[in-house]
Amino acid sequence: MFQVRIHGRGGQGVVSGAEMLSVAAFQEGRYAQAFPSFGSERMGAPVMAFCRIDDKEIRLREPVLEPDALIIQDPTLLHQVDLFKGLRSNGYMLINSTRGFAELGLAEFVRGFDGGRLRTVPATELALKHVGRPVPNAALLGGFAALSRQIRLESLAAAIREKFPRVVAEKNIAAANEAHALVSRSMEAVLA
Amino acid sequence: MLKQTEGSRAIAEAIAACRPEVICAYPITPQTHIVEALGEMAKVQQLGNCEFINVESEFAALSVAIGASAAGARTYTATSSQGLLFMAEAVYNAAGLGLPIVMTIGNRAIGAPINIWNDHSDSMSMRDAGWIQLYAENNQEALDLHIQAFRLAEELSCPVMVCVDGFILTHAYDRVDVPGQSEVDSFLPPFEPRQILDPSEPISIGAMVGPEAFTEVRYLAHHKQLRALKLIPQLSSAFKAKFGRASGGLTRSYRTADAETIVVALGSVNGTIQEVIDEMRDGGAKIGSLSICSFRPFPLTAVRDALHRAKRVVVIEKCLAVGLGGIVSDGVRKALSGIVLKGYTVIAGLGGRAITRASLKQLFEDAARDELEQVTFLDLNADIVQHELEREAKSRRPGPTAEAILRRMGTVASQIG
Amino acid sequence: MERETAIEMQPVKFYQTGTFTVGNRLLAEDERSVQANMDRTNSLNSGHRACQGCGEALGARYAIDAAMRAAHNQLIAVNATGCLEVFSTPYPETSWQIPWIHSLFGNTAAVAAGIAAALRVKGRRHVRVIAQGGDGGTTDIGFGCLSGMFERNDDVLYICYDNEAYMNTGVQRSSATPAAARTATTPAVGHEPGNVFGQGKNVPLIAMAHGIPYVATASVANLRDLERKVTFAMGIDGARYIHIHVPCPLGWGSLPADTIRIARLAVESGLFPLFEAEHGEITGRTKVRRKVPVDDYLQLQKRFAHLLGDPPERARLALIQAIADRNIERFGLL
Repeated sequence: MFQVRIHGRGGQGVVSGAEMLSVAAFQEGRYAQAFPSFGSERMGAPVMAFCRIDDKEIRLREPVLEPDALIIQDPTLLHQVDLFKGLRSNGYMLINSTRGFAELGLAEFVRGFDGGRLRTVPATELALKHVGRPVPNAALLGGFAALSRQIRLESLAAAIREKFPRVVAEKNIAAANEAHALVSRSMEAVLA
Repeated sequence: MLKQTEGSRAIAEAIAACRPEVICAYPITPQTHIVEALGEMAKVQQLGNCEFINVESEFAALSVAIGASAAGARTYTATSSQGLLFMAEAVYNAAGLGLPIVMTIGNRAIGAPINIWNDHSDSMSMRDAGWIQLYAENNQEALDLHIQAFRLAEELSCPVMVCVDGFILTHAYDRVDVPGQSEVDSFLPPFEPRQILDPSEPISIGAMVGPEAFTEVRYLAHHKQLRALKLIPQLSSAFKAKFGRASGGLTRSYRTADAETIVVALGSVNGTIQEVIDEMRDGGAKIGSLSICSFRPFPLTAVRDALHRAKRVVVIEKCLAVGLGGIVSDGVRKALSGIVLKGYTVIAGLGGRAITRASLKQLFEDAARDELEQVTFLDLNADIVQHELEREAKSRRPGPTAEAILRRMGTVASQIG
Repeated sequence: MERETAIEMQPVKFYQTGTFTVGNRLLAEDERSVQANMDRTNSLNSGHRACQGCGEALGARYAIDAAMRAAHNQLIAVNATGCLEVFSTPYPETSWQIPWIHSLFGNTAAVAAGIAAALRVKGRRHVRVIAQGGDGGTTDIGFGCLSGMFERNDDVLYICYDNEAYMNTGVQRSSATPAAARTATTPAVGHEPGNVFGQGKNVPLIAMAHGIPYVATASVANLRDLERKVTFAMGIDGARYIHIHVPCPLGWGSLPADTIRIARLAVESGLFPLFEAEHGEITGRTKVRRKVPVDDYLQLQKRFAHLLGDPPERARLALIQAIADRNIERFGLL
């Protein structure tokens, strides 16, 4: 089972992100479960959503306490909430930021993790560029697909199309594609 | 058709396929997504001949349903928590009048203190009102139970509550198989009322009944639920034959054959329990679990059959009989009447507190060593409790309890588990 | 799909219509009241357990028979808990000859809305729905559901039989109880005996504020006016409200034989104005032919006896007179 925890603030599409991820996994014939941590969101309040992906029926209903991957939609949460709790040492981390881990003040922290699995991606900027709104969830999922290879880009596109009306969906897919490309390139750069 | 969708949405689609004729609901978290989805379907004529009515309170919602059902329409509504209490008078009225209304309860805690998250206190508050109560273990069962519920309600002429854990199930995206219209049509025939308000055959419904006949009327209501004990498994079998999966029924056992410890629970927590059981079985423990689907009527015989060979039973409850302890435990004890074994009540998950694998594993291990109290509050923060008791003892006017505890706990938003 | 249904009803006996209605034979057939007709449905049949002189039993029979004629006998009635419900259905008997349901005290309007919805779904719009309750079940505990029904414009005619207190439970004060009236919870003792001034709810005006298609007040003292209003209401779709003043000899402390007289005095004094409104605008009123002082009305009822002692409470009587005068002016009754 692969477990993802997404952190963000109310209004940033954290819950929709987890849902789209689960739909993408479903598209690939897998089982997936997505659910929010808090039901009543205040705009701007810290929220979490979870997604589990597996090849068999998922029975577990607890929050994701030991994520295999963290997606952080809002870096302003970084030093306020214990976002990293439970992340496995070989876990993936994708942070929505134009800055790198060192600039975010996390250089010390990430020493215990596999550098190849940690990335930042400017998802909000990509969203503003393609969609015109600062909702970074689709772009982040594109980056996540490249980083973790848990879902394919085409599956993500199908999930985005299910979630948004046509024109907006295509714009979000564009943002996701660019994020995917960015992260892919940076992954190749490491290997090279 | 296989879909990845929100539990509420799946439930709404299942209900839509049941050809409801009157739907009325009042918004309350966490059932709102169900009725919003149905409202949308009604608006675009997807529900065929169906009236969707926006009402001004939960009391009105169930009252509209009472009228509609008495006039011969297949009727549906949904509520949770405070809303269920607000319609309490009508809940008893619907059962007493024998109207086959189906209602979803998006299980949520009851205040004060106000809390929007999941536990079973709401449906438990109405457990003796005369409604049939079915608890769904997962979203597939949640949608399946609604289809079975209409048929069950209409055959018995008794209202049915389908209980679905709020947020945990209602707001979770899961992979589900939503049956098509023709499939449901062949399982659920059109509504044939056992009583109907009709000018061509005038009847009076709702007379006052005095001491001379009240007991008999109530006995017949009890008898009706006892008949449900037979009908519920029959419908579950019929459902399996038609749709190809096990859903509903009175209870479901998991690895109980040679179990020395058996865990009993209602609803979604069973999924997590089964994961822990698998883990402990891998380690050699003789442990199993029993999921109770039909809480009313309470399946005494089925529960007894499942549990009587165990050394101990641990009942996990998402509800609390204040001043007593467990509610489900009472039914389990009654089922085990005359049999000597150790019984433990664990109050867990109140107000949406997560029930984790780790906590359950520790709990079951303690139980296996018989190192559990009779009643345990799982993951209770003893420090906070102690501090609050001391604080209250110090002054005549210590102020509201809940607020004091929250102040001490600090920012809730930064906590994960 | 409007058709007469041959319902097997018990025949109306002559003593039930009485000599006053015999006089109707001098009128042309179409001018006679429904009650004068030997073929009326007698929806609330004899044998019910109402008190002698009960205004509500009278009002209900008048209203429902008129409604049945207007609806070609296609009618379903919903009843709130209260006197009418209790005295008309003493288990195992019922005096209703029409389909009838009693659910709870406060949900009558909602239950009726549900029935109307079911009938629409089943394509049986010609079957009409009436909701009925006393003042307690309408102005107080049933108010939320009533307002909801008005707001949604559900196709229901709601009839309130206003005897100005919770009579069935022993004469307790409701928001329809008039100022100074004695009830069990506004006893005629102390500094301000009886119900206090400055409270109360005018539901017909509140109904008008919802903008519903039709609102009317009526009285058992004016049978034809009542029948006309019910008939008119039955010819409209949507939410309709009729508020009928019905004296209660037991609760008001009046003689059973005085029920009609007292109801007429309430109208003629101006205390109970008769008017009609459509979509929030007054469209008609029944003028007072001969204005009477409120004392004439009050003195027939023991619930006001404390005002008319020796010496009388002139100040409070003046306040009651002022209420009547204000109604006359406001509704243009003279």
